[in-house]
Amino acid sequence: MLRYTVRRLIQLLGVVLVLSLLVFAWLRALPGGPASALLGDRGTDESRAALNKQLGLDQPIFIQYFKFLGRALTGDFGNSTGVQPGDSVVDIFVQRFPATIELSVFAIILAVIVGIPLGYVAAKRRGTWFDNLSVGGSLIGVAVPVFFLAFVLKEVLASKLGLPSVGRQDAIGATRVTGFFVLDGILTQEWDAAWNALKHLFLPAIALATIPFAVVFRITRAAVLDVMDEDYVRTAEAKGLTAQVVRSRHVLRNAMLPVVTTIGLQIGALLAGAVLTEKVFAFSGVGEALALGFERRDYPVLQMLIMVAAVVYVVVNLLVDLSYALIDPRIRTR
Amino acid sequence: MALLEVRDLTVQFQRKGEPSFTAVDQVSFDVEPGQTVGLVGESGCGKSVTSLAIMGLLPKRGAKVSGTVDFEGTDLLRLSDKQLRDKRGRDLGMVFQDPLSSLNPVIPIGVQVTEVLERHRGLSRKTAMVEAAELLEKVGIPDPTRRLTEYPHQLSGGMRQRALIAIALACRPRLLIADEPTTALDVTIQAQILTLLKGLVKDLGTALVMITHDLGVVAGLCDEVNVLYGGRVVEKAQRHELFAQPRHPYTHGLLASIPRLDAPRGERLNPIRGSVADNIPWDNGCAFAPRCPNALDICRERTPVQEDLGGGRLLRCHNPVQPEVPQEVSA
Repeated sequence: MLRYTVRRLIQLLGVVLVLSLLVFAWLRALPGGPASALLGDRGTDESRAALNKQLGLDQPIFIQYFKFLGRALTGDFGNSTGVQPGDSVVDIFVQRFPATIELSVFAIILAVIVGIPLGYVAAKRRGTWFDNLSVGGSLIGVAVPVFFLAFVLKEVLASKLGLPSVGRQDAIGATRVTGFFVLDGILTQEWDAAWNALKHLFLPAIALATIPFAVVFRITRAAVLDVMDEDYVRTAEAKGLTAQVVRSRHVLRNAMLPVVTTIGLQIGALLAGAVLTEKVFAFSGVGEALALGFERRDYPVLQMLIMVAAVVYVVVNLLVDLSYALIDPRIRTR
Repeated sequence: MALLEVRDLTVQFQRKGEPSFTAVDQVSFDVEPGQTVGLVGESGCGKSVTSLAIMGLLPKRGAKVSGTVDFEGTDLLRLSDKQLRDKRGRDLGMVFQDPLSSLNPVIPIGVQVTEVLERHRGLSRKTAMVEAAELLEKVGIPDPTRRLTEYPHQLSGGMRQRALIAIALACRPRLLIADEPTTALDVTIQAQILTLLKGLVKDLGTALVMITHDLGVVAGLCDEVNVLYGGRVVEKAQRHELFAQPRHPYTHGLLASIPRLDAPRGERLNPIRGSVADNIPWDNGCAFAPRCPNALDICRERTPVQEDLGGGRLLRCHNPVQPEVPQEVSA
């Protein structure tokens, strides 16, 4: 198990290295560049050339790359040119990442605590109106584009529910411990601040949660349907176990295998949804920074954030694979 | 009074947009305490559905069960789900056909044994574990303490079936239903499992309903045999009488189709012609008539009724096989 983990982490290093090269090349292949993005229409050829020289973009691309790589190894990913000009990219990341984590975790928790029970009940009542309704609903959940849903939630529901429609403001006077606003509020027992942060999370999290929810629901339903017909569930019934024990120990435990994979994949995919959701709600996380970074051709910000996204994705998948061994003993002994 | 009295047990499956399908048709039989009764027939004759109906394990939607299943005077078909759960595993045990798929793959064997002890005998996990080890030992699993921590995939097929038997007998039920418990095992293991079952039910005084298509199993185990065809009991007899003088052409065919070691070389096997149809009608004549070598015109017109031949022998046939005249008399 340990050897497996180490091997996967070494693979991850390779992935990051190759990806850094690709991202580096792709960004520079995009039309335009930081200079034209920053200077806009007012830019002259001379001013653009001067800015490019200042940013080091006049040098051959492989020299730029090795310089970037060298600095990255010391933990320096350069300074932002467009998102928060002049700020260190690492600082921007540290400042914004907690917001995205908070949003994603909240969204995935919503998706799981609604999706799994609903999937179980729908499977148990296969073919009833409840089942048909929730399957239809989940189809809509998958089909509605996130940005559209985010807009609807923001423009229509926010005012009706009295929830904030914009942003993740740092509440004035709130004490910061971890950078996770809800968590900070709880840790410092500043309940108002925690509640305020939670309210700001609510609508973006719903927008972000719809697709993972729909997918988790459908996979749970399918898995429970499969497992319910298994012989070992019949054995459990033949033992006269209570309905609760049959459900939790025999049906759900086995049905969770594909669901865990799905949750892992969805966490990886959340970042894509976060870009759209954060942009709509002006929620200052890394998703918003990515969107801004593309608009303003902020190479250093994009380079780091894309690579972090890749690392998160690979690490989450590794955790999913490792969690298999916890759930399924057949994998453990292999 | 019999331990189990099954009367006119009928199971119909209903699917949307399809005519209902009768899998078990007015089946009646008794099981005395400590007795071993066989339910014999080809695949699809309704023997497994009968056992699931007795245990209350048929799906609630889609299966219509009628008749009575009196167990120690209580009709199991009238019990609530909760009352039935109290009886299953405690008073009624069941062993299934495929030992690998019948054990939960992600839970240690130990938990799968102890959960039934915890449920019905209120034992703590710790005491239950001690007892589970004793149970595994009793069913012939070596090194039981280690096996308790292992998972089903780490056990051999024979071991798994032994573990399932241990689970079914953990609470010393008065009745054990074994649904083709040896079909998925290889032949040497089959014999071991049958010997084990035979010994255990004798020691514990448990009555056994043995469901099988294998007449060898019947010969070695059963006191009384019910032969099923098309969801109905076509012949019922004590084991010795059934083997000595099968009266129903179907029973006769089953016995005749067993390859014999003492048959002359090159002799062809004697299979029963045709195969079991999906939905066998008993409304117009005998369901076995299309495959029956003895079939008369009446067999295709009038449904045979069950006759009592005396001595606990029942037969449903218009033109039964005549008892063979003993050899020395004919000579």
